[in-house]
Amino acid sequence: MSSEPKTAAGHGHDHGHGHGHDHAHDHHDPKWYSPSRWLFSTNHKDIGTLYLMFAMCAGIIGFVFSGFMRAELAEPGLQLFNGTAFGGFFGSEHNYNVITTMHGLIMIFFMVMPALIGGFGNWFVPLMIGAPDMAMPRMNNISFWLLPVSFFLLLLSMFVPGPAGANGFGGGWVLYPPLSGTTGHPGLAMDLVIFSLHLAGMSSILGAINFIVTILNMRAPGMTLHKMPLFAWSVLITAFLLVLALPVLAGALTMLLTDRNFGSKFFEVSGGGDPVMFQHLFWFFGHPEVYIMILPGFGIVSHVISTFSRKPIFGYLAMAYAMVAIGFIGFIVWAHHMYTVGMNVNLKAYFVAATMVIAVPTGVKIFSWIATMWGGSIEFKVPMLWAIGFIFLFTLGGVTGVVLANAGVDHALHDTYYVVAHFHYVLSLGAVFTLFCGWYYWFEKMFGIKYNGFIGGLHFWLMFVGSNLIFFPQHFLGLQGMPRRYVDYAVAFREWHHWSTIGYWIAAAATIVFFIGILEAVVRRRKATESGNPWGEGATTLEWTLSSPPPFHQYNDLPRFK
Amino acid sequence: MRSGAWKYWALSAASLLGGGSAWAAPHDGGIDFQAPVTETAKHIHAFHNEVLIIIVAISIFVTALLIWVMVRYNKRANPVPKKFSHNTLVEILWTVIPVLILVWIAKGSFPLLYEQDVLPEQAKEEEIVDIKVYGNMWFWDYTYNVGTDNEFNVESRMLKVGAPDPSLELKPARGDIAQLSVNNPMVAPVGKYIRLKISAKDVIHAWAMPQFMLKVDAMPGRLNQLWFKVDEPGVFYGQCSELCGKDHSNMPIELRIVTEQQYVEWQRLFKESPEAARAYLDQVRPRPAQIASAQ
Repeated sequence: MSSEPKTAAGHGHDHGHGHGHDHAHDHHDPKWYSPSRWLFSTNHKDIGTLYLMFAMCAGIIGFVFSGFMRAELAEPGLQLFNGTAFGGFFGSEHNYNVITTMHGLIMIFFMVMPALIGGFGNWFVPLMIGAPDMAMPRMNNISFWLLPVSFFLLLLSMFVPGPAGANGFGGGWVLYPPLSGTTGHPGLAMDLVIFSLHLAGMSSILGAINFIVTILNMRAPGMTLHKMPLFAWSVLITAFLLVLALPVLAGALTMLLTDRNFGSKFFEVSGGGDPVMFQHLFWFFGHPEVYIMILPGFGIVSHVISTFSRKPIFGYLAMAYAMVAIGFIGFIVWAHHMYTVGMNVNLKAYFVAATMVIAVPTGVKIFSWIATMWGGSIEFKVPMLWAIGFIFLFTLGGVTGVVLANAGVDHALHDTYYVVAHFHYVLSLGAVFTLFCGWYYWFEKMFGIKYNGFIGGLHFWLMFVGSNLIFFPQHFLGLQGMPRRYVDYAVAFREWHHWSTIGYWIAAAATIVFFIGILEAVVRRRKATESGNPWGEGATTLEWTLSSPPPFHQYNDLPRFK
Repeated sequence: MRSGAWKYWALSAASLLGGGSAWAAPHDGGIDFQAPVTETAKHIHAFHNEVLIIIVAISIFVTALLIWVMVRYNKRANPVPKKFSHNTLVEILWTVIPVLILVWIAKGSFPLLYEQDVLPEQAKEEEIVDIKVYGNMWFWDYTYNVGTDNEFNVESRMLKVGAPDPSLELKPARGDIAQLSVNNPMVAPVGKYIRLKISAKDVIHAWAMPQFMLKVDAMPGRLNQLWFKVDEPGVFYGQCSELCGKDHSNMPIELRIVTEQQYVEWQRLFKESPEAARAYLDQVRPRPAQIASAQ
């Protein structure tokens, strides 16, 4: 990693000003407002942008949904989901379950994954490994365009019958039968959710294949795997996880679909089926899924820490193989989500042991990031704030994971707010912080304009305070026994719920500041740094050798990597 | 924050160090487990406190390191970055030390898991009381004296204000707690090994009892089992802990632990009149609110 990348310089399009390209490429560089540029795009950067914009739209919806939840839970009793509030707009308690379900599915499948993998992965994996584009550009197009369709089906499911007399699927993002079967949700809503996830799964699998092929075959001459930037490593590992895990989900969903519609009995007790089998299949996908969401973020944070410490990443190989180890162990710990299903005690003991092992490679990563900063010359630019915030929050989320790994303790904490706090610390504060980290780190590179540092900093601090205030008190609620997915609760849980809701409003303010920041940058159009590298000597990866934004097609002469 | 909250913090901090807790039900502003009741729950609570100290220490350690590098190695304090990127010794240390910590945690964790899951061998047949528990959308039902001539079934539904059925009306004056109290509580004798056989009739539910640190899914088509033994009579609350549809938040568990003699008397009364049985329970096993109003 310490080796300086060397590019073949001196090509006009490497410092593109929009019209200085080779004549042969003119027809590839349509205007931004041309619909065909986006609909038929085969350009990895355009597709990356599409993914980011899509994730932003989905993220707004998911975030508003969590606002409905926090508003409902601000006080005991039914505030919104009582059939009468706002003219009955929010519906009944069932609709609260629909909202929690949708929040989970949207944030996972339509916000974090598209943004980190589809967005930053598409944008920067080819740039970082010195490739002109993804290996299969047209497949890249279909990977993206499956997503809006899938998202449409998911949103549509909220407006068609679910259980008797109500609309939407309210069985949680884990989709456990029999609640997701005809017993709990006889209506069409669940079938739409299944189709939606099938499409999202196809989209992800196609995308993952594309990344694997690109990374294994299209690295610049001289860039061996052991010299490849960590973000590319993280996407490569994530892609393997996707290819191995998603088909299992697809299988489980298909079985559910045939159970519901064609009389099969895979999970139907009356026909000798077993609902626990669905849980095993689901979590065999579901646990790798959480690493799918966090690994690309690990990659981003590594680059940001190294860049702003002006120091090469500490223990590069250990960092790469720690991710490999996390990915591998991720496949053999799934049943720690199921300690209460009535498993044999010896089986539980195995999953306790396997789960705790994850803490070791994760610890290696945390300490290596700190060691990268150690001895460095740290600049607290906005991306660095998010990266340091991430390390702190991910550590907090990680240590509560160690608590939950112990089945004995988990029997008390399973399905309580302690779990909600834990996974939001690693995802909502972990993955989402890395997402904003990458956003500010690459903003200028992607869009050719500079963000406003003050607004970015304000965004960070509001988000840091807000999200901590949302989720830290939820540990207390969980310890006190407050169960998850409750629309109403005993008065004794009021206080921390109340603080949590106040935290939400601060996070909402942060989100508004985020969009103001984008708007400000677009209106002011501060010119990007001429050299294409605003971060100085610490930014060593290949994307910083290109102009900001990079030319429509880069690396017509492949860069040589020493 | 209300001024009272600081009292809770202080109390909970004290309980953290002392291994006990002053609180016997969820309480506003609480930051710790509800007071554990069974022997096993006390062990798990103590174990959790140990792990809590470790994870707080780790979090403080990482935070301290972060603060240190931010202060000592920022651009002003250290204008010229060092170039090292390896140190075999610290890399070995930060792999081996976490392993040792985890081994230590596991050493405490496994025995507890077995203690909690496996009915002790010393439990004699006559000391075991079997109760069958079924989860339904959205209430629990309990079957007592399973397999005997004396077998009978009790439906347990949440009380609420303005319930259509008057017998389900919540009466705070009587000591009812919103979202936790039920019309017909589950009843079990003190000092016995209570063995629950748990299943469900429609979708998955979960029977949970925070003060016993117990939770197990009520799974259609499966008979799950858990056991507990309570040495003091009391009233305990739990809530359904697996999403089961619209009224998931409205199917709590209320458990009255009574003496053996009261248990028998309650059974006799219940067969005559559930209301009388309920009144008897309130009389022999008053709940905190009732004690307060009686004073």
